[in-house]
Amino acid sequence: MTDGTSAPPRPPRLAVLGAGHTGPVIARVAITAGYPVTIAAAGDPERIALITQVLAPGAEPRWAADAVTDADIVVLAIPLHRFTTFDPALVAGKLVVDTMNYWPPTDGVQEMFEDQRYGSSEIVQRRLARSTVVKTLNHIGYHELEEQSRPADSPDRRALGVAGDDPGAVKLVAEVIERFGYDAVRLDSLRAGRLLEPGGPVFGASLRRAGFELAISTEAG
Amino acid sequence: MPTALPDAVPASAAEPGKFPLILGLDTFGDVTHDKLDRPLSHAQTIRNVVEEGVLADQVGVDFFGIGEHHTTDFPLSAADVALAAIAARTTRIRLGSAVTVLGSDDPIRVFQRYSTLDAISHGRAEVILGRGSSIDSFPLFGFDLGDYEKLFEEKAQLFAEVLKGGPVTWQGKTRPPLRDQDVVPYPESGPFPAWIGVGGSPQSVIRAARYGYSLMLAIIGGSPARFAPFSQLFHQALEQLGQPARPIGVHSPGHVAATDEQAREEFWPRYLEAIRKVSRVRGFAVPTKESFRYEIGPQGALYVGSPETVARKIATNLTALRATRFDLKYGMGGLSHEALMTNIELYGTRVIPRVRELLA
Repeated sequence: MTDGTSAPPRPPRLAVLGAGHTGPVIARVAITAGYPVTIAAAGDPERIALITQVLAPGAEPRWAADAVTDADIVVLAIPLHRFTTFDPALVAGKLVVDTMNYWPPTDGVQEMFEDQRYGSSEIVQRRLARSTVVKTLNHIGYHELEEQSRPADSPDRRALGVAGDDPGAVKLVAEVIERFGYDAVRLDSLRAGRLLEPGGPVFGASLRRAGFELAISTEAG
Repeated sequence: MPTALPDAVPASAAEPGKFPLILGLDTFGDVTHDKLDRPLSHAQTIRNVVEEGVLADQVGVDFFGIGEHHTTDFPLSAADVALAAIAARTTRIRLGSAVTVLGSDDPIRVFQRYSTLDAISHGRAEVILGRGSSIDSFPLFGFDLGDYEKLFEEKAQLFAEVLKGGPVTWQGKTRPPLRDQDVVPYPESGPFPAWIGVGGSPQSVIRAARYGYSLMLAIIGGSPARFAPFSQLFHQALEQLGQPARPIGVHSPGHVAATDEQAREEFWPRYLEAIRKVSRVRGFAVPTKESFRYEIGPQGALYVGSPETVARKIATNLTALRATRFDLKYGMGGLSHEALMTNIELYGTRVIPRVRELLA
């Protein structure tokens, strides 16, 4: 389990699961930020070797199980409809970043996520019972992630929310988001993470920290 | 491994690895408005699109494409029928889909319709196949969005087989099997050009390379330069697969008017309204004037401005993306037919010659 009380002395190792629209972009941004990165899709790493080499040079393609074993943080970047067949055992004991979204108008209806009482990451956490789930990166377009990254003191630096139930895990992921080039706004529960979902006040919105905090407080209030 | 399809023009017309510059127009057939800003009927909108295609031919545009949609705001669900009407009234312009949502269609039917268009137009038909970012057609035709990826993969492979010519033997999960099946009509001069439209999926780039399609990059937001790795991925995939070089195209939205200011003023309210609707469907926040300014600037994906502004941006991005084709997706819900005709005229008479000059 992630104890979340002390950050490891070396930079955490990231494993990105998914080599579609978002996975390679996250891997590339992570490499640029100085993290060791592995990337995996369903099946043989050979099948994503070229994609990785061209789109995320420096990331290492692996079988999913091997990528997860060595990782401090596992980034789940698969389409949500594929999560229904995702094996929770694969990420047991790991810190999992959930970048997925549930939005029936574009994804179709998924039974697993239809319970209106819970946000999609709460449902992901319930299914990944032996992992620690943190929600972030779901509310920025994959095509924006690279070009909107800014150094820490930039006046136009965009804010991103980081939500989770485990404060240590949230802190660790917030540091990653900061190194990716964004102001991390922490939310203290996956439940609060519903504010980051499609249809919410910050989904797809390019806001600086003050505007971001205002948007979610207005909504939460 | 399927044999490669021909390029947009016979290979003899181009040096190997170097393709002719193609400058086209695409439309989604948005419902246009009259001078009093009242929406025109679906029927009138479709007739107007035919007139727009005919004008595009007259002013020297290379290609005219229609993107299939199935909503009240986008009534052009049968693009090939409208293209056939344009074919009957033109002699030069190439005509195609932009895109055909292949996942919810039947590759055999798509081939038959476009092969028929190829016959009517004396060999001017093309297809751009896509998974489709508008997914209205899936529930309409009873397809499950969960199969989105599998449907496109299988059908892209089958379409490539059919296009090669000769009897087709095929088996898969998405349609009944085929055994030594003749698919007619036979195109007069062999396979017509076929492209795959890609919005951001690297697997789609590899797929295009594997099955012998050319690559059309649909760039509708953010920096066009971020697609440069996709061009590289396509070239390297072709090389790895032992396929010949194939052209890369770019499809992006925009609007041309006499001046930058006029283009902006005509386009912005329509764009805002269109994106507002899309935002509701896709759950994201509405764009601001600030984000619009970014998108029409040098870093953004929109081509809105005077002929000179638009031509320069096209030339710059084609160079950055190692692409030899650009299709301007003109029209934006609620613009008038007259404004679109002016846009087409300026694109053909001013933008195209200027891009050719800049890239000569």
